[in-house]
Amino acid sequence: MQKFVKTAVAALSLAAVAAVPALAADPIKIGSVLSVTGPAAFLGDPEAKTLQLYVEKLNAAGGLLGRKIELVTYDDGSDAAKANGFTKRLIEDDKVDVILGGTTTGATMGMVPLVERAEMPFISLAGAVVIVEPVKKWVFKTPHTDRMAAERVFADMKKRGFSKLALLSETSGFGQSGRKETIAAAAKAGIEIVADETYGPKDTDVTAQLTKIKGIAGAQALLVFGLGQGPAIVTKNIAQLGLKLPHYESHGVASAQYIQLSGDASEGVRLPAAALIVADDLPAADPQKPVVTGYAKAYSEAFKAEVSTFGGHAYDALMIYADAVKRAGGTDKAKVRDAIEATKGFIGTGGVVNMSATDHMGLDVTAFKMLEIKGGKWTLVD
Amino acid sequence: MSQFLQLLFSGLTVGATYALSALGFSMIYNASGVINFAQGEFIMLGGMVAAVLTASGLPLPFAVVAAILVVAFVGLLVEKLAIEPARDADITSIIIITIGVSMILRGVVEVTLGKGNLTLPHFSGDTPIAIGGATLLPQSLWVMVVTAVVVVALAAFFGRTRVGKGILATAHNRLAAQLVGVDVKKVLLASFGLAAALGAVGGVLITPIATTSYDAGLMLGLKGFVAATFGGLGSGVGAIAGGVLLGLIETMTAGYVSSSYKDAVPFVLVLVVLVVRPRGLFGLGSSDRV
Repeated sequence: MQKFVKTAVAALSLAAVAAVPALAADPIKIGSVLSVTGPAAFLGDPEAKTLQLYVEKLNAAGGLLGRKIELVTYDDGSDAAKANGFTKRLIEDDKVDVILGGTTTGATMGMVPLVERAEMPFISLAGAVVIVEPVKKWVFKTPHTDRMAAERVFADMKKRGFSKLALLSETSGFGQSGRKETIAAAAKAGIEIVADETYGPKDTDVTAQLTKIKGIAGAQALLVFGLGQGPAIVTKNIAQLGLKLPHYESHGVASAQYIQLSGDASEGVRLPAAALIVADDLPAADPQKPVVTGYAKAYSEAFKAEVSTFGGHAYDALMIYADAVKRAGGTDKAKVRDAIEATKGFIGTGGVVNMSATDHMGLDVTAFKMLEIKGGKWTLVD
Repeated sequence: MSQFLQLLFSGLTVGATYALSALGFSMIYNASGVINFAQGEFIMLGGMVAAVLTASGLPLPFAVVAAILVVAFVGLLVEKLAIEPARDADITSIIIITIGVSMILRGVVEVTLGKGNLTLPHFSGDTPIAIGGATLLPQSLWVMVVTAVVVVALAAFFGRTRVGKGILATAHNRLAAQLVGVDVKKVLLASFGLAAALGAVGGVLITPIATTSYDAGLMLGLKGFVAATFGGLGSGVGAIAGGVLLGLIETMTAGYVSSSYKDAVPFVLVLVVLVVRPRGLFGLGSSDRV
């Protein structure tokens, strides 16, 4: 598979070079390491498709500063160790101008030392806070963090008058990072965690944990932190047990698949998610409306697939870089880095981005909308 | 009390799925002494094929039957293309071949049927049955009843039919079996077909509860293998006992101790059992030649 990707990339870049022989300026080279296959494929696959689609779109519109864009993508197969190797290759052999990606936090953290040493602008597509905290000079990221998701849930809980939370987290990297951030943020928000249970990402039944939570007096709401099929099984088990606690999920399940898998049991579930999921329901005055509807339409037309927030992160990264290149007037790495850091009021699929020297993500908690599932559809709560 | 009852039901549900997976391991082990690490993929394949077929509009019963037939055919293909050419190799090599087969099956499903999670409708609706303050899904009863039926049927097959006895004889001593007229080539082929069909039955039964995806076989295979070793490889009763015990220990640990130790406690217990009784709880006695 790897070999195939390499050959395909080589063939594509050859084709790209052959197609534009008359172009005077060198192309701008965008390197990317994504988890297109393996367990994180549901994240990496839409990311890779989005980059490919929008690089084509930018090129069709004349490229950046009159220069064509050339995209080099490697698939790390959801293996963080491979991400490191491919980053080396992007820097030393392909001599790219920027690196986008690192689908998972593990892959990203493996790439960070290399890009820092090579002084290469790097925009990660992974979630955890640790990527941008503490701030690293050359490292930026586009997705929301799990801490923001927890804070958004707490804000909604308080509005409904709840202060005691039962936490059920997945033993995956995503779930455990979410658990840590939820517990850390809870004290500050005045929320008491009254249960702290876990389940495995491939567990087929979670009724034991839920039975335990059911027996805990005083719990006022349940937060499930997980990805993929796990939360759907939890949701079905909740319906089976007749557990009546208000149920929150994390942004990890913000895809149509979650509703499909859990069926009627997902009715009334609330979760924080990016505006992209409810693109059509956003009020016309929302500044994100044109961006998210445009991206959702382009993606679903090109790939005949439901849009996900993960592809949106790749869109944001590419557009932030393109915007920075325009402002820097070229691809000089130091100037582009400064321009990325100076990004202000950029409207992406994830929210409005205001970067600074101390904030290399640039999103605040308002970037998350609180959604509720009603009649099998996402609806905006507020 | 209702909490204990609920944990008991949960444990039985989980345990029955492990038991179904364990039965497939025992089946091929009986026929060849091989531990087939592709067994989990047969389970996954059964669920995936049935889910794709129902999604394309086929009524559930037809989709289920079609899925079982397709997977049985895949099992035959696997034996013909991967196991039979290597029949002179030792057992360890064949076990490694089955690991390779599992990777190929997983990869083919990932490319052809996609990376998404799929599910099937519950066979008899998803309204939980309430008993003494605890609840049980009708689908869990399906899993338990079918598992029990399969065990009885397999016991009758191996104990009372010529073909079944031939399979056992082949496992025990291939040359001797051949000398008394057992077609050992066909025996191995049949056992792979049967084990694959059995895996597919498990897959379609579990999918409404657990959902399925191209990589679901990995965990089911692992837990099934542990359950089979726990109960005693090659023993039908052992597979059931191993699976149900594993499921019960897991849920009781999650319910009364902490879900963080849910996977660790049963594995430690299994290690202890295997140290005390290397052939598992219901393992057949030593199969040394007389």
